[in-house]
Amino acid sequence: MLRILSIIALFFLSALPTRAEEIVAGLSQNRVSITATFVGSEILIFGAVKRESPPPEDSPLGVVVVVEGPSAPITVRKKDKRFGIWVNTDAMELAAAPSFYAIATSNTLDNTISKLDDFQHLISVERSIQISDNPFNIDDPREFTDALIRIREKSGLYKRLENSVKLAQDTLFETRIALPANLTEGDYRTRILLTRGGQVTSEYETIINVQKVGLERWIFNLAHEQPLIYGLLSLVIAIAAGWGASAAFRMILRN
Amino acid sequence: MQIYLPIAEVSVNAFLLLGLGGIVGILSGMFGVGGGFLMTPLLFFIGIPPAVAVATEANQIVASSFSGVLAHLKRKTVDLRMGCVLLVGGLIGAALGVQLFNALKAIGQVDLLVKLSYVVFLGIIGSLMFVESLRAIMKSRKGGGVPKRRKHTWVHNLPFKMKFRTSGLYISVIPPVLVGVLVGILAAIMGVGGGFIMVPAMIYLLGMPTKVVVGTSLFQIIFVTAFTTLLHATTNFTVDMGLAVLLLIGGVIGAQIGAQIGVRLKAEQLRVLLAIMVLAVCGKLGLDLLIQPAELFELGAVGGH
Repeated sequence: MLRILSIIALFFLSALPTRAEEIVAGLSQNRVSITATFVGSEILIFGAVKRESPPPEDSPLGVVVVVEGPSAPITVRKKDKRFGIWVNTDAMELAAAPSFYAIATSNTLDNTISKLDDFQHLISVERSIQISDNPFNIDDPREFTDALIRIREKSGLYKRLENSVKLAQDTLFETRIALPANLTEGDYRTRILLTRGGQVTSEYETIINVQKVGLERWIFNLAHEQPLIYGLLSLVIAIAAGWGASAAFRMILRN
Repeated sequence: MQIYLPIAEVSVNAFLLLGLGGIVGILSGMFGVGGGFLMTPLLFFIGIPPAVAVATEANQIVASSFSGVLAHLKRKTVDLRMGCVLLVGGLIGAALGVQLFNALKAIGQVDLLVKLSYVVFLGIIGSLMFVESLRAIMKSRKGGGVPKRRKHTWVHNLPFKMKFRTSGLYISVIPPVLVGVLVGILAAIMGVGGGFIMVPAMIYLLGMPTKVVVGTSLFQIIFVTAFTTLLHATTNFTVDMGLAVLLLIGGVIGAQIGAQIGVRLKAEQLRVLLAIMVLAVCGKLGLDLLIQPAELFELGAVGGH
């Protein structure tokens, strides 16, 4: 009995520092509206660490912010030289890959979160990419997922923002994450994680809703709900514009 | 000024699109080509997803071709009867082409086929036109006037003869229908209006006068691309109205200017210019296949190409 009690006590003692700190966070906006003149948006993510006891001295505090766009399946193709020309030879289908992925950390990623916690909490973008099946003809699937990350990093859709979370007096933190103009609609899962010595101690999760509004919304809905009418409307606009320009030009030439 | 395109889901500069539309429109009005073979690769280059670029381009070609045809109708340089005969063939060809396209898609490698057919056809047509029109220019420089190219060949001995008054031809309907079918198939596979194949075919195979060829080709292209637009809009939802409007504002104005330039140039000069342009695009596409790309990998939608 005593042994069991001591184990329970030990458990609570060891768990105590992890429970003692809690994250309180907010976003400058929970909604991003895509209008015709949308050029991207910057989200300010801020918060504080709530404590009931003095902070532990030994292990450093870290903050990880992850913003993840809606996932969709994708095909990655590889080119190779055949008969003197470069052609697509291999292709790998990925079951899901996020359309946008940003990780901001208060230190370098490795110093902020341990490899184990990164794995458990699915922090690095590699962990959010799902390979559906491991096709026989692909020797090295890693090569394809690496290529996906490389291409998306180049176009600004995947970002690793190390040392970008500002921590003040181990209590207040803030970071800015820029959302590019080529955003996909949907819910952007936003996670804020507090770490102590690389271990996650508290987690906060919210959603940023990205939606087309106004004319953009109307066009998008029409195109998907009434495709025939949309197609005909596109043709009518095209023909009207063609006729209008022709008529206008004749008037200019006559004068 | 940046503008967000609702279907393509990217933000691009509106003036860039207007400018691109304008340039391609001028070419379209001058040569009677829809300009799809130039515009579609340009749209890929500025970051529009390929599926959206192909579908929206078809819609834009409708506008610039319509504008161009009106200009040509005013000058009575459209052979409506020939246009309708070509169109019949064209629609049959397009339907066949879509079947072929889907069959090839099932095997994979449709991407390579599209590029290779671009290189092969642009190469052959471009060099033939270039040599022929240079020869014509040389001849007219020496004096002796423009040579008459209307020779009597096997084409004129086929049955089902029909009078094409605007073209000044009395030939069988079989060659024009076959030309239409061939162009329709290629247009469906290559995702373009097919003007750059149609124009030389009408000049060299059917012996139509160059002045009539441009207007007639545009007339035919309107219907083929309108058909394609509807097909894309209803099956793939990839026609971007915002993108189309910007491109076609530039395009229709360009087509009018192009048609004016077209009248002032000699037929041979027009053909040399078109030949050079066709060869340039061919060269660019050919080099892309031969030179090792900087990025060996590319991303695509699942199932698509």
